[in-house]
Parts: sequence; structure tokens; C-alpha cells
Amino acid sequence: MGRLLLVLRLAWRDVRRRPVEAILALLVMMVATTTLTIGLALNDVTDHPYEQTKAATAGPDAVAGFLSENGAPPASAAVDAITRLPGVTAHGPLMPMAHTTLTLGRRTATVQAWGREPAGGDPVDRPKLTSGGWVGAGSVVLERGFADALGARVGDHVTLGGRSFRIGGTAVSAALPSYPSSLCHLLCFAGIAPGPHAFDLGLVWLTPADLATVHERTTPAVVYLLDLRLADPAAAPAFAAAHGRETAPFLLAWQQIRDADAGVTRSAQTALQVGAVLLALLAVAGLTVLAGRRTLEQTRRVGLLKAVGGTPGLIALVLFVEHLALAVLAAAAALGVGRLLAGRFTAPGAGLLGSSGPATLTASTVAVVIVVALLVALTATLLPALRAARSATITALEAPARTPRRHGRVIALSAALPVPLLLGLRLIGRRPARAALATLSTAVTVTGLVTILTSAAVNARDTGGLHNLRTERLAQVTTTITVMLLVLAAANTVFLTWATVADARHASALARAFGATPDQVTGGLSAAQVVPAAPGALLGVPAGLIVYRAVTQTSFSAPSVAGLAAVLLGSVLAVVVCTAIPAGLGARRPVADVLSAESA
Amino acid sequence: MTEAVLRTRKLRKEFGKGDGRVRAVDDVDLAVDAGETVAVMGPSGCGKSTLLHLLGGLQRPTGGEVELGGRRVETMSERALARLRRDRIGFVFQAFHLMPELTAVENVEVPALLAGRSPRAARTTALDLLDQVGLADRTGHLPSALSGGQRQRVAIARALSTEPLVVLADEPTGNLDSAATAEVLRLFDRLHRAGQTLVVVTHDARIAATADRILSMRDGALVDQTVLAGAA
Ligand SMILES: Nc1ncnc2c1ncn2[C@@H]1O[C@H](COP(=O)(O)OP(=O)(O)OP(=O)(O)O)[C@@H](O)[C@H]1O
Ligand SMILES: [Mg+2]
Repeated sequence: MGRLLLVLRLAWRDVRRRPVEAILALLVMMVATTTLTIGLALNDVTDHPYEQTKAATAGPDAVAGFLSENGAPPASAAVDAITRLPGVTAHGPLMPMAHTTLTLGRRTATVQAWGREPAGGDPVDRPKLTSGGWVGAGSVVLERGFADALGARVGDHVTLGGRSFRIGGTAVSAALPSYPSSLCHLLCFAGIAPGPHAFDLGLVWLTPADLATVHERTTPAVVYLLDLRLADPAAAPAFAAAHGRETAPFLLAWQQIRDADAGVTRSAQTALQVGAVLLALLAVAGLTVLAGRRTLEQTRRVGLLKAVGGTPGLIALVLFVEHLALAVLAAAAALGVGRLLAGRFTAPGAGLLGSSGPATLTASTVAVVIVVALLVALTATLLPALRAARSATITALEAPARTPRRHGRVIALSAALPVPLLLGLRLIGRRPARAALATLSTAVTVTGLVTILTSAAVNARDTGGLHNLRTERLAQVTTTITVMLLVLAAANTVFLTWATVADARHASALARAFGATPDQVTGGLSAAQVVPAAPGALLGVPAGLIVYRAVTQTSFSAPSVAGLAAVLLGSVLAVVVCTAIPAGLGARRPVADVLSAESA
Repeated sequence: MTEAVLRTRKLRKEFGKGDGRVRAVDDVDLAVDAGETVAVMGPSGCGKSTLLHLLGGLQRPTGGEVELGGRRVETMSERALARLRRDRIGFVFQAFHLMPELTAVENVEVPALLAGRSPRAARTTALDLLDQVGLADRTGHLPSALSGGQRQRVAIARALSTEPLVVLADEPTGNLDSAATAEVLRLFDRLHRAGQTLVVVTHDARIAATADRILSMRDGALVDQTVLAGAA
């Protein structure tokens, strides 16, 4: 009882005595675990909505396609060969599809125009109307995700292959992946690239009669589609592999359509993975500074506890309770924040029904996040606890402030510089490893920012400005990662400065005792961060471009020089701002307080 | 003469190896009786602190024996040593070594809480001890808000909180001015008269003058002993 009280008290007081460090540790752990949460939540996100959509629209288990170079329908023998295959239990009518260009106002997109009878009621694949009515003469239906992207509404008029049509409705279907993941059925099978937007094809339904009037196609070829119902939907991929040909007919299993739909989140996932690695690097840098900062103090505490009769186990327990509390808090916060953010990344988009929302935060995700947080807490405890158990009580108690390394050249060189730079360089000389962490932290941050800048430049080039679920989602992810990078980098910088301030407390107090002004000391503390940060920022620019090239297969387009310069200058400026507050606070502590606190 | 509470036989401690070997404590035979105050004096580096650390189980000897309250110390496990330190020994250091994040009263009650006493009992004892050392009005202060002399009195109260068999003090007035030294002196004198067994390493002749015996140390060995007049 009393011992428990002591453990809790020591843990709590330690946290309270160093609230900034505790908050930073929390933040660092939280960012890592939040990224993890989102990453996990994004796995298989669209399964659920796709399956809902398939059920609601009697979606096909497989789609057969017959390529026709001249526009004539395939021979009925070829069609029968498919519909009479074992395992096929039902099929829809033969439907023509062609590629053409759609224009709404000043927006233009390549679309797949799909001929469907106005009567509807087919046994397989009945697109579900989400607004308006089904196709009729002169009236077309747009796939909902595509309509949303275009900003098209029922009643609007669009130009299809040179002819004007009224938008009669919007619908969703499971027979094709929804915009912007639309498979390029026809052109890609025919080996023809449909233009720059090969992967962002829109889908338009219209009557076969209207389709015949749509000239100005991007290719004269037509594909005839046949929706199939299979006895064993799970075996659809095997069915497609067994009976499909490259052209007549090709076969598409519903699982392939589902996976293509999931492609909406794929770029986001890539971004998230790269982001998670960068964030983890920053987090490790942050925790390293944190641990280094506390080593001396912990050593003394441990010696003290041992001298008055604490066992190594008790000491480990105090440390563990402290880290455990932080880790549990971090995990809880990460799950909450991650759930919110993941919900935004995983909204299925207008092309599908239903939602995947917060439901994707499965028990296993929760468990993994908590376990990782606990592992972090344990790891953070293990080393100091082992050190505590091993250290001789007396050595620990009398641990002198670690004698800083002496760098004669730095000291000689800095003597000729203005006072803040002189102080700053000497601080760097005392703790070169910490300066290296400042360089690393800035380099990682700038790498992330440059990668994001590049991806934005590539997207702007590729999408022609058309609103697109994939790029929107990518933008969401990159924005989130940017914010996290910046938060973590700022935290690291503040923390590095804080550690330097604490470390240099005595030296700063002495400098002031001998006449340095608080501003000069502040400047010195800031300089100790900015000087190593600048080369880090410079390093981050090529690193960012290299990372982008390494993780994406798309062709590369460099971001503007102005953007790069802004990132570079901005990051160095941000370091200056982030260091100013802790440095200023540190430099203003009364000299006597500092010198007398040393012997507590 | 009463039974010896603390006893050493051929106690030896060496640091380093080969040519750099230092014999910090060299064949020390010592017996401290219950209620006795012993002062250890000697030039800097002669091994006084090391001897005290060996007596208190903070360091392990290279050879010889230490016996406290009839139990051998040098063969104990780490865990047993921790228990010994918290139940039977009170340490007072030159640099105070208070926990900076705990208030005066919280610092004093640490050993009692470690020993498994109830929080209420630990608090009552701690307040009582702080009252005895004249700090009844400073119980809620953090060490940083106390003067050196006050910090050392908190440390002494902490050393007494589990009613130890022996209090080991290493230059308790080394960091204090003469006024604060006088306060500590009075405290030790009172402890002495109350029958507390005390071993004090000191350079201060006034502290040594309150002892029953003064042991002189040189190069790790006890070279002389002065039994003071009026010793109990
Ligand atoms: N951990 C250690 N490693 C090596 N040598 C040590 C260690 N601790 C003490 N010594 C050596 O042992 C000898 C005795 O040291 P000790 O601290 O006991 O002296 P002291 O009498 O307390 O001195 P002072 O009056 O200055 O405190 C010294 O020569 C010292 O250098
Ligand atoms: Mg000493």
C-alpha cells in the first residue's frame, strides 16, 4: 500500500516536474501510433462497400467481353460458348460499350459509354439509381462517383462524342470499378492508350440506339459485354482464368473489380507508408533526445532510491509506471484520432453504396496499437532499468554532470564570431550527437515535405484539374502527414532546444554572470539548433526527390523551384521560431536560481 | 560495555588493477557499540567515505567482514542489502541527496514507505521528525526552496525515519556555513544523548568533539584512536 503510493507518487511527480518532456514523449508516441492506426484501418477498406453494392445491384460474378474491331456484335456461337460453360447459372443481354469524350461546360473527360436497354430489369447487373431516372432516348445516366467528380447534376446537358444529351440520372453499379478506378476495358485490351487519363475513365449509361449515334469515338472499336452469374462466386477468379482469352472473350472476375475499387486508397496507402517511415524516424530521434536528456537525472534518482533502500525492481517499476501511463494515454488518443482520420480516408466514395467509416477499427487494430505502445513503454523502461540495476549506488549518486567533450578547434574558431554564434558553436561542440539529431530531424522533415510537393506537382499535371477521388484522398493523406511531420519536427526542435537549455544551464548562467545579455544567450541557444538544421534542410531536398522516385512508378515531374525554396527557407525559419521560446525562457532564469538549484 | 552493533574484521577495499591499484580501506578492525558516536577523521583521500560505504552496504568489500546487528553484510544479496539499508541504516550525505521533486515531508517518508509502512503512519512519523529537526513550518517545501542547512536537516530526518540501528553520516556539514553547521551539531548531540548509534566522517573538529571516540585514518588504515573525556 505504502510502496504503491510511493511508486505512483514518484512517477506522477516526475511527470509533473517535467511536463513538457512528458507531453513531448506523449506526442511522439501518439504520432507513431496514430499513423499505425490509420495504416491498419486502410487495409481492405473498400471490401465492405463493394460487397454491399454488389448485393444491392445484383452485380455480376464475372463479366465477359468480346472485342469488335468494326462494331459488329460477336457471333452467337461465341456467346453461347460462354453462357453454356459449366458453372454459369444466369447471364444478362449482350451490351455494347465504346470509348468517347464527354464534355460538361469546360470540363472534358474520357468515358466508357455503355449501351443498356431502357426497360431494365436484367437478371444480372441492375445499376441502382441514386437520383433521377434510367436511360431513355437522349437521356443518359452517369456513374455517381464520376458525376460527383464532374460536378454534374440531373438535368444538366453534356456533350458525348459531339452530340448533346440530358443527364437523366445517376447510378451505382458493381459491374465496373467506380470512378476513378475504372478499368480501361476496351482500349487497354485493344492495346490503345485512351489519352493521358487512362486510369480515370468515367462511366456513362445510354441506350444502344443512342450509343450508335455517338461518333467521334476515341477508337472505332466496340466491346460487347456479357454479365454472368456463377454457381460458385468465390471461384470466379479460377473461372476467369480457365476460360478467358486476351480478346474474345476476356473474362473479369468480381474480385478483380473489387480490388480495382480498393485502388482508390492505394496511392494514399503508399503515401501513408512512406509517411509512417519518416514519422517513425522523427519519433525515434525525439525519443533519443528525450532519453539522453533524462539519463543523468535518472541515474541520480536511482542512486538515491537505492541508498535509502529501494530495490532495482522498485526502481524499474517507477520507470515503467511512468512510461506505461504515457503509452496508454498515447495509444488511446491515437486510436481516437486515427479512427477519425481513417474514417475520412476510407469513405467509400460516391461510386459505391454503404460506408466503411469507423467500423474499420477492428479489435485487432486496437490490440496491435496498444501492444506497440506497450512495447515502446517497455523498451523505454528496459535500458534505464537495467542500467539502474547494474549501476553501483555510489557511482550513480555521485554521477557528475557528464563532462562535455572539449573541442579545442571549435572553441578557437568561435572566439572570432559574434557572441550568439560563439555561444551556439560552443554548445554544438559540447554535444555533437545532439547536433546530429537536429540535422537528421530537419532532413527527414524536409524530405517528407519535398516528397509531398512532388506528388502534388505530378497530380496537377496528370489529372488536368478534374476533381478525382483518388487525388483527393491522396491530398487528404499527404495533408495529414504534412501536419504530423510538422508537429513532430516542431516538437523535436523545441525538445532539442530544451535539452540544450537544460544542459547549458550552468554554462549560460556563468556566461551571464560574466556579462552576456539574455538575448545573446538566447541567440546562442537558437544558433545551436539552426546551425545544424540548415544542412539538414539542404540534404532533405534531393532526398525527397529520390524518395518520390523510389516509391512511385509514375513519371516524374519536379516541383517548382519557388516551392522548394519556400520549403527550405520555411523550415529553417520554423526552427528559429521553435527554438526562440524555450531558449528565451531558459536564458531568462535568474542566475542565482540556476546556480543554487544545482546542488539540490 | 554494551554489545557492538557494528563490527568489521580485516575489512579491505581495493580499486583498480595492477600498478594503478589503490587500497582505499586497508585491514580495518572496528567495533561500534550501541548508542556510541564515533567520528572518523583523516586527510582527503584516506578512505573515509569508502569505509562508510562499506559499512552501509553501498559498496562491497574486496576482503574482510562487516557485521551489522549480528548479521553479515558483505555476503548479502542486492535485495537483502536494499532491505538492510532501508530498515537498519540511515545515511546522511554531504550533498544532501534529496529527491528534488518531493517536498520535505515526502522526502522524509520515502524509507518508511519503501519499508511497507502505511502512508498514514509514514506521514505521522515524518512530520514528527521534521518537528524534531526544527522544520515543522517547512514540511511542504521543495528542496529547492530550502537553505543548505535546512536541506541537511531534512536529510537527517529522512535517515531517522525507520529508526535505524546506526546512522552513517559522510561530512554532513561539508557544504554548510558555520550557523548551519551549529544546527546540525546540536541535532547530532541530541541524537547522541537519545542513544542513537552514529558514525560520522568529518573534517570539522566541533562535530568530532561531540563523539565518544575519534578514529584517525591514513592511507586506508585506522592509525589512532582518541577516547574523549566524558564519553558515555
Ligand atoms: N570508485 C573508485 N574508483 C577508484 N578509486 C576510488 C574510487 N573511490 C575512491 N577511490 C580512491 O580511494 C581512495 C579513498 O577515497 P575516499 O573517497 O574514500 O576518500 P575520503 O577519505 O573520503 O576523501 P575526502 O576527505 O576527500 O572525501 C582515494 O584514493 C580515491 O581516489
Ligand atoms: Mg569522502
